[in-house]
Amino acid sequence: MRYLPLTEADRRSMLEAIGVPSVDELFRDVPEAARLSGPIKGLSNHMGELEVDRALSAMAGKNLPAGSVPSFLGAGAYRHHIPATVDHLVQRGEFLTAYTPYQPEVSQGTLQVLFEFQTQVSLLTGMDVANASMYDGATACAEAVMMANRVTRRKKAVLSGGLHPHYRDTTTTDARFIGFETVVMPPAPTGGEDLLAEVDGDTSCVVVQNPDVFGHVRDYTELGKACQAKGALLIVVVTEAVSLGLLTPPGDMGADIVAAEGQSLGNALNFGGPYVGLFAVKEKLVRQMPGRLCGQTVDADGRRGFVLTLSTREQHIRREKATSNICTNSGLCALAFSIHLSLLGEEGFTRLAEINHAKAVQLADKLAAVKGVEIVNGSFFNEFTVKLPKPAAAVVEALAQRGILGGVPASRLFGGGLDDLLIVAATETNTESDMDAFATALAEVL
Amino acid sequence: MSMNNQGRPTGIQNSDSAVPETVTGNRGLQIEEPLIFEQDSGGRCGVDLPEVPAVASRLGAVKPRGRIGLPGLAEPQVVRHYTRLSQKNYAIDSGLYPLGSCTMKHNPRLNEKMARLPGFADVHPLQPESTVQGALELMAELGRWLATLTGMAAVTLAPAAGAHGEMCGIMAIRSAHDAKGDKGRTKILVPESAHGTNPATAAACGYAVEAIPATEDGRVDLEALKAKLGPDVAGLMLTNPNTCGLFERDIITIAEAVHAAGAYFYCDGANFNAIVGRVRPADLGIDVMHINLHKTFSTPHGGGGPGSGPVVFAESLAPFVPVPYVVQDKDGAFRLVEQAGDGPAFGRMKAFHGQMGMFVRALAYMMSHGADGLRQVANDAVLNANYLLARLQDVMTPSFAGPCMHECLFDDRFLKGTGVTTLDIAKALIDEGFHPMTMYFPLVVHGALLIEPTETESKASLDQFVTALRALAERAKSGDVAYFQGAPRLTPRRRLDETAAARKPVLRWSPAVEPETVAAE
Repeated sequence: MRYLPLTEADRRSMLEAIGVPSVDELFRDVPEAARLSGPIKGLSNHMGELEVDRALSAMAGKNLPAGSVPSFLGAGAYRHHIPATVDHLVQRGEFLTAYTPYQPEVSQGTLQVLFEFQTQVSLLTGMDVANASMYDGATACAEAVMMANRVTRRKKAVLSGGLHPHYRDTTTTDARFIGFETVVMPPAPTGGEDLLAEVDGDTSCVVVQNPDVFGHVRDYTELGKACQAKGALLIVVVTEAVSLGLLTPPGDMGADIVAAEGQSLGNALNFGGPYVGLFAVKEKLVRQMPGRLCGQTVDADGRRGFVLTLSTREQHIRREKATSNICTNSGLCALAFSIHLSLLGEEGFTRLAEINHAKAVQLADKLAAVKGVEIVNGSFFNEFTVKLPKPAAAVVEALAQRGILGGVPASRLFGGGLDDLLIVAATETNTESDMDAFATALAEVL
Repeated sequence: MSMNNQGRPTGIQNSDSAVPETVTGNRGLQIEEPLIFEQDSGGRCGVDLPEVPAVASRLGAVKPRGRIGLPGLAEPQVVRHYTRLSQKNYAIDSGLYPLGSCTMKHNPRLNEKMARLPGFADVHPLQPESTVQGALELMAELGRWLATLTGMAAVTLAPAAGAHGEMCGIMAIRSAHDAKGDKGRTKILVPESAHGTNPATAAACGYAVEAIPATEDGRVDLEALKAKLGPDVAGLMLTNPNTCGLFERDIITIAEAVHAAGAYFYCDGANFNAIVGRVRPADLGIDVMHINLHKTFSTPHGGGGPGSGPVVFAESLAPFVPVPYVVQDKDGAFRLVEQAGDGPAFGRMKAFHGQMGMFVRALAYMMSHGADGLRQVANDAVLNANYLLARLQDVMTPSFAGPCMHECLFDDRFLKGTGVTTLDIAKALIDEGFHPMTMYFPLVVHGALLIEPTETESKASLDQFVTALRALAERAKSGDVAYFQGAPRLTPRRRLDETAAARKPVLRWSPAVEPETVAAE
């Protein structure tokens, strides 16, 4: 077997050094009833690279890659162009095959990357401090709510109806088992909502998303002030990190915590994961933060270096008193995010955001011209909602038959209801001819 | 002196080996690398983007933001930055990485290639099901492998990492008690030797955590466990093989006792690598267990993730598997169940359907090894650990008698009176070209050194490690404290001041105060 370096002669001499006759003897503590005498039945035996490649390529071949057709799906996962450099660099073995930097002297590479990542996330979100990543945006959102509960010593979270339903459900799952209350506002695809009316003395936080799941861009500055007056925190969720190149950052709107999905930068769609959760807070909240943090320090020779720090918040030190049970996070996805953002720089990132917005405007104009289609949004970044004269799920299926991935039916996200709404995204990867093909096909299937 | 005919010296004239102070601070291949924020020289961009199409903005009332503060670099500068940073890392690709309990095994590159097939990597999670049948098939197939290897009835692939899987398992246990209307169970029992995530998870789920002491031989104290079991206990979280690297001999009796008390048995599967293909956890009486695909099934650790923590469930908990999950219809088509509805399933635990990229890698690994090869994985992992135990036990102090499983545990008794600590040994090992073992964990012994070589190390590699560690143990006993306290000396940075980092945290780069501003005051 190609991954196992021991030879039979090695094994024999090692058993001799140990002083046992066979490897089975090393398993003698396993209760006899549970010992298997040979390979487990029902599974194939070992295969060479060629055979595995063939089998998995056949499976991959049954999927329709989004990049092979005009594709307009978003709703929390966005197809952007990832420069070739990103994937080349993340595959360097020194990044790929290292683990959490527990030994800083031999992990300065990973640690400096994390320090730079934390800085990038802080700058993008307009916040003071960011951690070294969470699993994804949805778990970051749930952790933000739990953090708000700790900070305020209150137990009720108000969730906007514009919050991505997966983020909402991830949070309400925790609420059910961890024991806090959630007020879930109904989806409001066309209008605003009165979140403040739900805020009372027990409310720890209000969770809003910008742009929201229907694509609306909002200014939460007034809401932030009102929350502060009532002693509740404002949590702003961002599912499309590229929007931060153009929109007022959550920090400038008074967000106390930002929970975001960073997939858009550096990370492929990957059928939903692995992605990278971004988590940023105001300075005063840093010691209540979940997750790993990298900090600057000096070494024995007085040179600048980096270490994991404030670990007294974490499970491996605090055990049942930790701020979160998170251990492994999304290191390599954070690296990909960081490299992509470094390549873009200030000018590139801003321009990428502008292009995304312009593409969405172009698409909205083309779809609005299709008979029976109505653009729901008054404002949007690179994603908006259209109202169709037919159920969106059937329309999407019919479009797929014509080789167009035409958006996400709201009913799929919300588990029923909102049947006539389709959420559509455009990015720099969509050409005008993609958009024309979409509009034409949509006209045909309606 | 020998020279070629252009006058270039070809021999060695001076063998002075003292390390010089260089002008740049660089030391040959070790190159100092500033922060990327210190390398901005304005206006450069590493990506060529087209002009922005001229359209009227539809951003609404929100003001476009001002300058963000990102540095601008061209592509070669970015490549060099990250390449230089990578060279400051130790990795499995560089050498032995015996970090106990982390299973740092070889990461096959075939897996990377498979995960990048456009049919897996370039598929949106919300595409119509008809366009992702292969992705759903892969999830179903991975689930089948995991269920078969563990003997379990049901699987969820959703959790993003081991600790997330623990959360999922404890939620399922809670769901099962709730479904029976049993609200009186407020405690989870956790052995003292457990990973920190276990008590953190139980506490996060609202349970009181009660520690179970260990016996002299490093196992759960069965009598102490039985004494704590009762109608207020929801479950036991036990790692097996445990974090001392030992198989819990009484595990079947433990399971029976837990079940007799009406509780469920959660197994932390972090150490599944020791028994994969040889023992099915279901046969041990386990109700629910997470599996770290980034340990046993070799998906890369990536400097701290992403991981993937699927959870397997016995019949007892199978109804409570969270959404989303894949089902196959009678016509053979795969379908995703994404909404929990009114059934016993809970969820969801994250956005979308799990760590697909990790699923592809893990399945590629499983298929490469096959049922026969996975059994050999366990055999070689356990053999390698026992070999290290045998070769080191006379100079270091094993905490417990062998045989061990996939990792061997030592404590710091062999350093008693030397002035040298476990930390010092770790740092001296770094200078010898090895990643240290896990230090000071598990907490049940003093100054723990937990060594997990994994099955992908050769005998030659283990022998070199043994030689280094034996020499260091002897050196410590000889009283050369200064050597250890100064280690490491050959790394890009020497020991780092963690106390200073925590006292006044600097968690991001900030632009320096403009000198003009200062001058104006």
